[in-house]
Order: sequence, then C-alpha cells, then structure tokens
Amino acid sequence: MDIHEYQAKDLLKRFGVAVPRGGIAYSPEQAVYRASELSGEAWVVKAQIHSGARGKAGGVKLCRSEQEIADAAQWMLGRRLVTHQTGLQGKLVNRLYIEEATDIDQEIYLGFVMDRKLERVVVVASAQGGMEIEEISEEQPDSIIRSVVDPAVGMQAFQAREIAFSLGLEPKVIAQAAKTIMGCYKMMSDLDASMVEINPLVVTGSGEIVALDAKVSFDPNALFRHPDISELRDKSQEDTRETYAADRGLNYIGLDGKIGCIVNGAGLAMATLDMIKMAGGEPANFLDVGGGASPERVLKSFKAVLNDKNVEAILVNIFAGINRCDWIAEGVVLAVKELNLDMPLVVRMSGTNVEEGRKVLAESGLNIETAASLAEAAEKVVSAWKATGQPKLAEAS
Amino acid sequence: MAIIIDSTSKVLVTGFTGRIGTFHTQEMIEHGTNVVGGVTPGKGGSTHLGLPVFNTVKGAVAETGADLVISFVPPPFAADSIMEAADAGIKTCVCIADGLPTQDMIRVKRYMRRYKEDKRMRLIGPNCAGVITPGQAFAGLMPPHIYAPGRVGIVSRSGTLGYEAASQMSERGIGVSSSIGIGGDPINGSSFKDIMELFEADDDTDAVVLVGEIGGPQEAEAAEYIRDHMTKPVAAYIAGLSAPKGRRMGHAGAIVQAFGESAQEKVDILKQAGVTIVPTPSSFGDVIEKMVA
Repeated sequence: MDIHEYQAKDLLKRFGVAVPRGGIAYSPEQAVYRASELSGEAWVVKAQIHSGARGKAGGVKLCRSEQEIADAAQWMLGRRLVTHQTGLQGKLVNRLYIEEATDIDQEIYLGFVMDRKLERVVVVASAQGGMEIEEISEEQPDSIIRSVVDPAVGMQAFQAREIAFSLGLEPKVIAQAAKTIMGCYKMMSDLDASMVEINPLVVTGSGEIVALDAKVSFDPNALFRHPDISELRDKSQEDTRETYAADRGLNYIGLDGKIGCIVNGAGLAMATLDMIKMAGGEPANFLDVGGGASPERVLKSFKAVLNDKNVEAILVNIFAGINRCDWIAEGVVLAVKELNLDMPLVVRMSGTNVEEGRKVLAESGLNIETAASLAEAAEKVVSAWKATGQPKLAEAS
Repeated sequence: MAIIIDSTSKVLVTGFTGRIGTFHTQEMIEHGTNVVGGVTPGKGGSTHLGLPVFNTVKGAVAETGADLVISFVPPPFAADSIMEAADAGIKTCVCIADGLPTQDMIRVKRYMRRYKEDKRMRLIGPNCAGVITPGQAFAGLMPPHIYAPGRVGIVSRSGTLGYEAASQMSERGIGVSSSIGIGGDPINGSSFKDIMELFEADDDTDAVVLVGEIGGPQEAEAAEYIRDHMTKPVAAYIAGLSAPKGRRMGHAGAIVQAFGESAQEKVDILKQAGVTIVPTPSSFGDVIEKMVA
C-alpha cells in the first residue's frame, strides 16, 4: 500500500528524521495561507499523488510570491498528472503539500528495500541524489553503496556510519546522517514498510540533514497489525475498478483490454491472460476467485468484471481442487440471469465435480459456450468477441 | 521413495481443529496419509477426527514421533507455527497460509539457520498447495485424484497450474513421482533449486517439470543448477508473459521489479540452460510426453 509524501514525512519525523516544515492544502486559498504560516521568502507547492517523478510532470513548483503559489495550486488541483509510474490515465491531484524552500548543498539517494535473493533488508545509497535509482545504476553504478541488515539484530550504528562516510559527507554531519539512516530503518522495521525511499536526502547550506522527498510503501499482509497505517489509504489514487473489487474481497487487477476473466488461482489466472493474448485478444483484467468459491462469490466476480465498461466478452476458467465445478456453474447461471448478460461467455471447467457442473450449465437452457481445455476456451472467447466487435467497428467508421 | 513425503511420513497438523484444518485433514486421511495427530494450543488431551490433540509441537513429537508438520495456522500466527515446528525437531514443515508479512518470513528464515544443516527443518511454502507423492501420501490442498503415480517430478509456484500439468499428464498415462508446491510469496522456504536437487538425487524420478512465473530470481537460479548439475531432462512453463511491469499479479511474489524477472527473460534463461519450454498451459501433456518418450 502506498501513501502520500506528506504522510511519509509525518511518520519519518516520529523516527527522528528531519523534514522541512510544511502543511496540507485542498484549495489555492489554503495553499497561500499555509505559506503565510511558514513565513520565509520561497515555498514549494507539491502535488500529492502516489507516484514518483512528479517534478517532470509539473507537480512540484518553487514559488516566490503569494500569486505564484495560488497559480501553481490552481493549475495542479483537479488535474491528472501522468508520470512513467502512473499509466496513461495519470493520478488525480486533490491535495497539495506546501513546504518551506530548502537551501540545498548536496543531494543524496537513500533507499531501503527487501532483497528477494538475500531475503534481507538492503540499504542502497548514492551521492548522486536527485536522479532516479534506475538512472544512477545505469550512469553511475560505482557510486552505489549497499549494506545488508542482519534480521537477528537489526541495523547497527556502525553500518549507518559506514554508509555516511562512504557517501563522502563532512565529518560534522556524520552523526545526524547516521541517525537519519537508523531512523528510516527503524520505521521500516517497526511499521512493516516494504520500501522506504528518500530522494533526495539533502545536506543544507547550514549543515543539516533533511529528507526533501519521501516515498514509503507498506506490506499489505502486515496491515492487520498497523490499523493507523491502514487509515492512510487514499482510494482516489487507486484504479476505481480495483477499489470496487477489493472492497468486495476480490483479488482483481484492471488491465486495458476487452475480454474479462474469472479464474481460480493466481498462476492459472496469469496463464489465462497469456492464452487470451496468444489467441489474438487483450485481457481486461486479472481476477482470482479463490478457493471454495460459492455461487454468490462467482456472481460478485461477474459484477466486478462488468464494472469495467470496456468489457465485451467473458472467459471463466476453473481448475477445481478445493473449488466445486457445480458451485461455479450455479454462480455462472445466477450471474447470467441476474445481470442479463448479453455478451459472449465461454466457460471452461475441470477438476472436482466437473460432470455435475457441466450438467448445471446444460440444464440452464442459457446460451453458454463451454470448452474442454484452456487453449480451446481462449480461442473460442476471442473469436466470439471478434464476431461481435466487427459490426461495432463498422458503425464507428 | 520419491521426495519429501511418502507412506512412512508421520504427519502432524497444526491449526488442526479449525474449519480448514479439519476439512483438509479428513481428505489427507482418506487418501492414505499417515496423520498421527494435531496441535491446537489449549485443546491438548482431547481428540479430533479420532486423533490425539496436543498443546505444543514438542509434546506431539514426544508422543507420536511426527516428522512432517502441515500448518493450517492463519497468516498472522503462521510464522510462529513454523518456528515452533523447527524448534521441535520436525524434518519438513508445509505452510499453507496465504498472507504472511514479509518481515515475518525474513525472521523465520533467519531463525531456521540456528540449526546445523543436518538438523535444519525443510520449509515448503508458505502460500502453497502442499506436497504429494501419488498413491502414498499428501499434505496440502490439492485434489489427489488428478495425480497418477509415476516417475516425473513436478515443482510449481502456483497450485492450479501444478494441477493443470498433473491432469494433462494423467490423461496421457504419465504419472508423477512427487509434486511440490513451493508457493507464490516473495520469500519462501524452499526454492526451485532446492527441490531440483532433491529430484536429481531421487531414484524414483526420471524427469522434472518446473512451473514458474514472473518475479524474483529463483527460476534463473534453478536454470544455473540445471545447466551445471542436472542429468535428468527438465521441462518448464513460465506464467505471466502478458503481465505488465510493476504490477503484482495475485501472488505477493508475482511482480517484475528487476532485470531477469519477466516471463520472457526467464523463458530465455531456462532455454539457454537446456530446458524444454512448455509454450502454453495447455501443452504440458504434449511436451512432457515427447520428453519422456
């Protein structure tokens, strides 16, 4: 789960990391008022969206007057900012963070990630801050410092000092830099963050170490023990289709195609998307209906798939282990009737109670196409979809 | 003798008396698994499904000589149940729970290293379908009737894709020596390579099917092992060819974050290591039939 920059900074502050003073604003008037509270001569208006690289998209602006602040706020609020991390739809800006401007002497990259190979937290740092880590590892790979944390004892002070010295920092700022590194690690460990990135961490003209930006993600599997972190979720930053499905307990990911998918098991669901693509179609979603799915859960899944208005055909692919094909079939029949489904539907079932399941579909009297294998199902749904799609294309032209 | 589980394994169930533990334990017993009892703290001394219930894994091991634990303990407490099994001298623990916090897994793996290699527990999972040696025993969620006994090993991250492979093989009269679900989490107990080593050394296995997916370094690591050390033929399918970068596809571990983690890159790496690629999830049967012919 991602959170906003201002929320991340608020948390970091509690762990002893220095951040610039700032305040949140929902309107240009509030933005100007926040700046007046901060005093000073220059301020930064920052769009709060769940994405990095906001600066390039116009989401970060240095302002020197009330008018500039109001103009920047006016431009950003209500706009969808597109970065390489947001997808083409971009992310909606509905809150701003107004910060005092910082006098920057040196910029550092500081990141904490879970390394899957080492199965440990790894600290990544570079004196080439301000650039993205991908750019740094391509252009200045030798500048990257890595330090591995032993989970038995957590991060030790000497490791933080080693990183600070390796960054070539002045002796007088080493202690504060080490404290900052330790604070970030402690936050990651105490709050079950999956990633903490401070880019840039800066040394100011007066020799302070300050986190100028902050990106923090949390392990969704650990949110049960951090109810206060769960509350930081901002649904406006999520794909509305995914929010709808997640609120109904479904494992759904929105994609850009026209063929909706309902599958059991994450691996089989991924493989189903691959097969649709190989058959010449584009999947609209990933959906894992899970184990022991009741007819009601199947109905819910249809609703989530159809909540995406681009969907023009549906493929149901079930390999029942702890599922039951008869329950799945009952769910399919229920959904077709209740939702008046009027698009191609192909159902492939295999495994537990498959004969009973096929009987339910056959006896329903509904026009539901079935398939024996996944390959056949994918071929059938794509060709049925193409058959409906061509008249629409003709009308459009 | 297959790998990890057979008819002589003494299976202990943790999270025994819950709904899910009860349901799957019944299935396991029906299919010949030697379940010796279960653990539910506070219910020690009672019986469930006609088997003794213990308060602790240590207590159960002392009474029954259990050597394999299957844990149905829910995610918030699953790490604790794995460490308890490791400390009680259990040989293999299969953890079913989907949703363990990553930091819990980091701690579990560090904890397991307290024991010398010859005494160290083997962990399978979490977030996996379990392990089966068809015709002998199983510990997990899988529908055992789709597996025929035979001489081809299966190792899979995904449960349902492992079922696809097994049932397509059964249709062609090809049986399975053992099938191991290693789970879809970013940090798991046994890797593809760990299981490959066991299959390579197993006299009852002639060939192996690897079912991988996007995310993580384990398929590439297995490819290196296959290239340098494996004498038995290997076929592999990788799911997620159409998965967009940076999106988590259902499994917590199924996310492309680095070079070599996409499906196409994994396919290329495996191919270079001499592995036969299964191009689609519907062609397991065809490819494996040719490979073992």
